[in-house]
Amino acid sequence: MYSEKVMEHFNNPRNVGDMEDPSGAGEIGNVRCGDVTKVFIKVNGEGIIEDVRFRTFGCGAAIASSSMLTEMVKGKTVEEALKVSNLDVADELGGLPKQKMHCSNLAADALRAAIEDYMKKQEK
Amino acid sequence: MERIYLDHGATTPLDPRVLEAMIPFLKEDFGNPSSLHFFGREVKKQLEEAREKVAGILGAEPEEIIFTSGGTEADNLALGGVVRALREKGKHIITTAVEHHAVLDTCTALKKEGFDITILPVDCYGMVEPQHVKEAIREDTLLVSVIYGNNEVGTVQPLEEIGQITREKGVLLHTDAVQTVGNLPLEVEKLQVDLLALSAHKFYGPKGAGILYCRQGIEIDRMLYGGGQERGRRAGTENVPGIIGMARAMEIAVEEKEENTRRMEKLRDKLIEGLLSMEDVYLNGHPTRRLAGNVNASFEYIEGEALLLSLDYKGIAASSGSACSSGSMEPSHVLLAMGIPEQTAHGSVRFTLGRHTTEEEIDYVLEVVPEAVQKLRDMSSIYQGKGEGK
Ligand SMILES: Cc1ncc(COP(=O)(O)O)c(C=O)c1O
Ligand code: FES
Repeated sequence: MYSEKVMEHFNNPRNVGDMEDPSGAGEIGNVRCGDVTKVFIKVNGEGIIEDVRFRTFGCGAAIASSSMLTEMVKGKTVEEALKVSNLDVADELGGLPKQKMHCSNLAADALRAAIEDYMKKQEK
Repeated sequence: MERIYLDHGATTPLDPRVLEAMIPFLKEDFGNPSSLHFFGREVKKQLEEAREKVAGILGAEPEEIIFTSGGTEADNLALGGVVRALREKGKHIITTAVEHHAVLDTCTALKKEGFDITILPVDCYGMVEPQHVKEAIREDTLLVSVIYGNNEVGTVQPLEEIGQITREKGVLLHTDAVQTVGNLPLEVEKLQVDLLALSAHKFYGPKGAGILYCRQGIEIDRMLYGGGQERGRRAGTENVPGIIGMARAMEIAVEEKEENTRRMEKLRDKLIEGLLSMEDVYLNGHPTRRLAGNVNASFEYIEGEALLLSLDYKGIAASSGSACSSGSMEPSHVLLAMGIPEQTAHGSVRFTLGRHTTEEEIDYVLEVVPEAVQKLRDMSSIYQGKGEGK
């Protein structure tokens, strides 16, 4: 049911783990299934995401899309990263089964939360 | 790569001896059993022999056997057929929270027709309390339906005790025995049931063939309209190769029951013990009153679906109680009915062993599962690290 790309990311997820002193952290729970993703970002002086990490309690689609998303936004500015939607992630993964589309929201929303957290800290 | 099949609860491979019995009916013995001529007559004879064989195993009369397209149709016919025929006499049906959807969804449909449904709770092992059945029976109760061996968690219900109660109270008892052939006793008198559903593909027979045992004298409304097959209770030309194969498969399953059950239980217990030696892993279902091939475990902090994918990658085919993979996001209704928290229920995986499962396969599973679980836990946002627990 999953594409090869999904399985590849699921079996070899990139950027897994926690981060010490992140510039921003976000945590999102999926209201439909109770699954949870955390995303941490390290942003440099030019507003570029230098490093990104995730941890996911979720299904294969959630893990693969978390992994793919982190790869897609690493090296981008926060503004660019905000433009990456869950649909982009699903596309990049070669598509997700329809009933699994909601799983890709998890990572995208957690990243958004991490960026908001980072921006809030910047304002202070 | 290894290819290990531990999903015998979903379906089983066709036994070569069954295939052999079926082949003539896919080739030269193609006649329609309802035909008057000799092509039909010869097949009709074999069909009736299959019926006698099945009846013999159930301790029933051949006329009490209705061949169906599988377990789902048998359950639908048992519930819908009986209560619709008895509509004048009452409107109440009792069932349990751990039934297969073939029973539960039939009840939902009957509710829309005006029938009253009581769904009995189960304990933390998935067991129904016979006393609850007794208390639930009303003046207008027509039928009680209780699954014999649970397809998800393997729990075996105290059917005989329930049967005693329904007999005393004069209401009918149906059981979905789909998962039990070749493992548990099937004699309807011993079980004290009035209706019983079976499905060939769960016992090394072909897909698309099933049985409804329906005690003599029970009125049943047909669901399919057409020819007068199966004494007018199930219209449509019989699936002859399927039925012949099913009867042969049932014969083999019963002949080899003791030996297979003993072997499978030993392997099952080894697998259970191995899995439970991991941290934060729980067995779902009853520790001893369970189907010989069933292991259902919850692995905390991870999703069952993710674990299944990891196992699939390593050549192990299992299945999930968590319905995440099937599209609905609800965890298994069976696990929830047993009072298992939603998050734990999401992390459940079912391994169902079969006749051909070997000790080497179990050893391999016990090697792969802990690694796969640890990898997913290390990735999980709700896991605090080894030993810290919850
Ligand atoms: C307990 C139970 N009842 C009914 C069925 C349905 O049987 P079938 O696949 O033959 O329609 C199954 C199989 O999934 C089952 O496990
Ligand atoms: S089902 Fe929960 S994240 Fe996919």
